[in-house]
Amino acid sequence: MASLRCLLRSGKTAVRAVLRREFHGTPPAAVQVTVRDALNQAMDEELERDERVFLLGEEVAQYDGAYKVSRGLWKKYGDKRIIDTPITEMGFAGIAVGAAMAGLRPICEFMTFNFSMQAIDQVINSAAKTYYMSAGRQSVPIVFRGPNGASAGVAAQHSQCFAAWYGHCPGLKVVSPWSAEDARGLLKSAIRDDNPVVFLENELMYGVPFEMSEESQSKDFLIPIGKAKIERQGNHITVVSHSRMVSLCLDAAAVLAKEGIECEVINMRTIRPLDAEAIETSVMKTNHLITVEGGWPQFGVGGEILARIMEGPAFNYLDAPAVRVTGVDIPMPYAKILEDNSVPQIKDIIFSVKKTLNA
Amino acid sequence: SLSENAKCDVHKLEEGPPLQAVLTREEGLQYYRTMQTMRRMELKSDQLYKQKIIRGFCHLYDGQEACAVGIEAGINLTDHLITAYRAHGYTLTRGGTVREIMAELTGRRGGIAKGKGGSMHMYTKHFYGGNGIVGAQVPLGAGVALACKYLGKNELCVCLYGDGAANQGQIFETYNMASLWKLPCIFICENNKYGMGTSVERAAASTDYFKRGDFIPGLRVDGMDVLCVREATKFAAEHCRSGKGPILMELQTYRYHGHSMSDPGISYRTREEIQEVRSKSDPISMLKDRMLSNNMASVEELKEIDVEVRKEIEDAAQFATTDPEPPLDDLCNHIFYNDPPMEVRGTNPWTKLKSVS
Repeated sequence: MASLRCLLRSGKTAVRAVLRREFHGTPPAAVQVTVRDALNQAMDEELERDERVFLLGEEVAQYDGAYKVSRGLWKKYGDKRIIDTPITEMGFAGIAVGAAMAGLRPICEFMTFNFSMQAIDQVINSAAKTYYMSAGRQSVPIVFRGPNGASAGVAAQHSQCFAAWYGHCPGLKVVSPWSAEDARGLLKSAIRDDNPVVFLENELMYGVPFEMSEESQSKDFLIPIGKAKIERQGNHITVVSHSRMVSLCLDAAAVLAKEGIECEVINMRTIRPLDAEAIETSVMKTNHLITVEGGWPQFGVGGEILARIMEGPAFNYLDAPAVRVTGVDIPMPYAKILEDNSVPQIKDIIFSVKKTLNA
Repeated sequence: SLSENAKCDVHKLEEGPPLQAVLTREEGLQYYRTMQTMRRMELKSDQLYKQKIIRGFCHLYDGQEACAVGIEAGINLTDHLITAYRAHGYTLTRGGTVREIMAELTGRRGGIAKGKGGSMHMYTKHFYGGNGIVGAQVPLGAGVALACKYLGKNELCVCLYGDGAANQGQIFETYNMASLWKLPCIFICENNKYGMGTSVERAAASTDYFKRGDFIPGLRVDGMDVLCVREATKFAAEHCRSGKGPILMELQTYRYHGHSMSDPGISYRTREEIQEVRSKSDPISMLKDRMLSNNMASVEELKEIDVEVRKEIEDAAQFATTDPEPPLDDLCNHIFYNDPPMEVRGTNPWTKLKSVS
């Protein structure tokens, strides 16, 4: 309350003072923050803000997190709020859901989403469907988070993308951040959301730094779930992507710009609910569409986007069929040359853009 | 009056629940009324199902009444409870009315879940259903217990499962975590001898369900005797509330119906067996005999309760068969809590339906 009074009294200077005091000594104004640190800070702030929030998962406490995303949290909050679990996903995911039903706000970490398959019944049948089955009597404010999709050299059983699987189910919100700002704002929104949210991170993005605006460092900085962001404006073609692939799309766009092709790159930010309107608006401007994802092609995120475009007002604006750029339809191989050729590369995006534009 | 309870087998416990219990007249009448209400509600549901007024899954609880009533008598309404799909009895003991339970079975708007849940998905305050996936409710219950401990309100969670579910891996995962973290959780296995059509001997390498928690203390209880169940539950609750962690109770009970309404229940067991339980161990008859022989109630008094119960069930059935079905406007509601209204795709791209919290 004192800080709020301070804010109202002297405006900007007070904001700086407040931020300086409360934001671990980091100066305000734009800073470089890695995705990992953004997630860490978001969780730290939400743990501090609401006593009912707690984190559980394998190695989240004393190990500081398998990927160090929860570094420092156990030291600060202790055993009650940061809980190391045994390697029993079905059990601890169920426990997390039960805790959410009884008034807490758990963050359930899966070391990777591949392991969530063991617990998927609890995510879908116990979490996602309960508010509906109970006709609004029983809500489930839980976040399931962890790295999703391909990493580097971890092979077939550790590389699957679950965006399409979870995106399929009513009752879930499914979020897929790309940048540090995405990670921070979306994780805070997810934790404050009173519904089950599947939060798909990406291991290869954890160490990537992004510039974060002063505004985005506020403790109440929230990015709304369900709204996409245009990362790069363009007039010739709409390129829709999520998570790590957004980086590749922007790189491809930079190369294409040199040849006079201007891509509009849309960062989905949320898989479900899908911001179809943002995509439609863009397509109605550019008349061309490709989607880019790391996951497999069949029954995937790109498939859904294309279907929506077919069914909606943007179809009549297409000058060419919309296409999908996806992971190759195979289990992920190990050898580097094979793995590199199993996921979209910048050249694949460039190629698909040019094909679509008949350029 | 004082009553003699059967001695419970114990596992990793120095002693079991007391061998004697006091039953007051009020308690006796209340247990009788509740069990009788439960019994008649289930039998009426059987009728309505055969008339095709109830459809889908319907797992009836008749025969097991002493479990639900005895457990509730051993805990408080502020405690928590979760069970599997044979849940109508618990919905009643946890505060649901016969009317709203039956209207849920018939899929009407006056149902406890507005017709959207059905037989297996009924909820009340501190009662988390009604769960359709065998075994999934057990980790959920431990999670509820975790919340109880976290929030420090001296509440506990009763977490029920059947002899069939007892072999589920996630239950052993839950035993482990509940024990490690000393969660205030009473695990209760309702052993009615059959998991659907499979007898316990054919499903479990060890049918000593009260020992299956290994490092968790356990007791085996006569689940047909409401006082035994009550005393065991009180004993278990005391164990949890004193911070000792979880405890496991096996209730030996019996279901008169088959697994569900689509199972006649006589292909894997004999009519003689069912009849023997009815005549020798029926929970309602046993309580009735106990009360009559101890002069705690008269035959007329109990008959009067029967009449009142029958009327309550008739009225509820009447409501359940005449209440309208949910309005189509409600189809897409209750997807998300505390969210602004949103659009939901209908069966085709031109149909956009409205959804509110």
